Amino acid sequence: MLKRTALYESHVAAGARMVDFGGWEMPLHYGSQIEEHHAVRRGAGIFDVSHMRAVDIEGVDAQAFLRHLATADIDRRGPDQAMYSCMLNERGGVLDDLIVYRRGSEVTRARAILNAATADRDLQWMQTLASSRDFRVECRPRPDLSILALQGPQAAAVLSRAQPALAARALPLASFHASHTDSGFVARTGYTGEDGFEIVVPHAQAPALWRSVLDAGAAACGLGARDTLRLEAGMALYGQDIDESVTPLESGLAWTVDLGDDRDFVGRAALERQRAGGSLRQLLGLKLLGKGVLRAHQAVHTPHGEGQITSGTFSPTLQVSIALARMPAPVKIDDTVTAQLRGGPAPVQVVKPRFVRHGKPLA
Amino acid sequence: MKVPPELKYTESHEWVRWESDGSATVGITDFAQESLGDLVFVDLPQVGRAVKAGEACAVIESVKAAADIYAPISGEVVAVNRAVVDKPESINADAFAAWLFRLRPLQPDANTRLLDASQYERDVAVHK
Repeated sequence: MLKRTALYESHVAAGARMVDFGGWEMPLHYGSQIEEHHAVRRGAGIFDVSHMRAVDIEGVDAQAFLRHLATADIDRRGPDQAMYSCMLNERGGVLDDLIVYRRGSEVTRARAILNAATADRDLQWMQTLASSRDFRVECRPRPDLSILALQGPQAAAVLSRAQPALAARALPLASFHASHTDSGFVARTGYTGEDGFEIVVPHAQAPALWRSVLDAGAAACGLGARDTLRLEAGMALYGQDIDESVTPLESGLAWTVDLGDDRDFVGRAALERQRAGGSLRQLLGLKLLGKGVLRAHQAVHTPHGEGQITSGTFSPTLQVSIALARMPAPVKIDDTVTAQLRGGPAPVQVVKPRFVRHGKPLA
Repeated sequence: MKVPPELKYTESHEWVRWESDGSATVGITDFAQESLGDLVFVDLPQVGRAVKAGEACAVIESVKAAADIYAPISGEVVAVNRAVVDKPESINADAFAAWLFRLRPLQPDANTRLLDASQYERDVAVHK
C-alpha cells in the first residue's frame, strides 16, 4: 500500500498521473511535464513534496551534534540561515544530502529536511550517532507536516496574492533563510534554480494553501518537471548523482564540506585521505548537440578513460539533451567526448555542471 | 483511452489505417503516447526502405524513455510525416492524427495479425 500525502485528493481531482516514488503515490505530471517546467521558469509552479521528511533536532547538544553529523558547519551559518550539506558514513560515502535550518539564534533547536527514499535510514543513522556519542539531543521526525514548494520568478507575487500573512514573513527573507513558527516554517529555498519558497505546514492546512496558490496563478507541477528543473540548475539527486559509493569531493559538492577548523565530523578523515591522494573524479555537465536523450548509466568515452552519466534528460529550456556525468580528472570544460546512447555513439560537449540561470541558458 | 473503431492495432501499440489505395498509414496509439509522456524526438525510416512485419523501423523518444516502433506489416515505406519530426508533441496532442509513416504492403490484404479495436482494448487491459 503506497503512502499518500495530504494533497492526494487534490492531485487526483486535477487529473494528475500518479506514480510510485519511494513508496509514496505522487503526481508525475498533470498533463505535460514540459509545460509545467516552462511554467516554473516563466511564472510560478507549486509542488507537493510532502513525501520528504521534516525532522526537529532539539536538545542541549543540538549544535555539537550537527557539527559532528554534517559536512557543512552549522556554526558558520547565521541566524535563520539554511545550510545545504552532505551526511557521510565513515568511508566518506554520501548517506544523503539535506538542508538543515537554524532557528534564529537558538543553538538547542534546528530542523532538517530529508529525502523521501532515505528518510528512515537517515533517522536511524542520526539517532544511533546521537546515542553512541552521548549527545543530549533528540531527532524527532515530523510526519504530521506537509511540505509545498512554490517556485519561479512570480513566486513572490503569487504568494502575496494567495497568502498575505505568510507572504509578510516570507518576502523579506534573503535567499537561503527561513522564518520559523512552532507549527512549521517558510524558507527561501528550492530545487529549481529559481526564486521560491518551501513552505512547511500541518497537514490540515495543506489543501487550502495549495488551492489558494493555484487560484493566485501558480501551475500545479509534478515530479517529472521537478527533475528536469533541478538538472538544468545543476542540482544533485541523491540515488543518482550521489550515493554511498562516492564522496562529495568527486560529486561537485566539495563546497558543502567545511574543513576550516579541526571539527570532527563523520567521514572527515576519509575525505582528507582522498584529497591527499589526488586525481579525483569530477561531476561535469554534458550537452548533446544532436538528437537523442542522454540517460543515467550511459557510458562516456574520453581520451582519459571512461566516465558515466549519473543523470540525463531533455532540457525544455535549452531544447537539447543535458546530463551530469562522473568523469576522469583530466577532462576539461569544452572538451568533446563520446556518449554511448541507445542508438549508438554520439559526440557530446563537456560543460559546467549547471545549464540555466535566472531562467536563461548559460553559454 | 481513445481506440478509434475503424483502425487496426498491434500488441506493440501501433495503429494502422488502410487507405483506399491499399497502403497502410501507421502511428502510435493514445495509450502509447500517454505511457511515454512528453515526446521530444522522432526518428522515421527512409522512404524506399523495405521492412518486415515486427521489425523495429522508427524510434520515438520522450523525456523519460525511448521506444522502438515496429512495422505492423511487411512492405515498403512510401511516405513519412515530416511534421512530427519538427513537432513531436503533436503526437501527444492527437496520436491518431499524427501519423508517422505509410507502407505499401508486400501482399495485398496482409492484415492477418492485426487486432481490431476491441481486441486491442482487451489486450491493453490484460497487460496493465
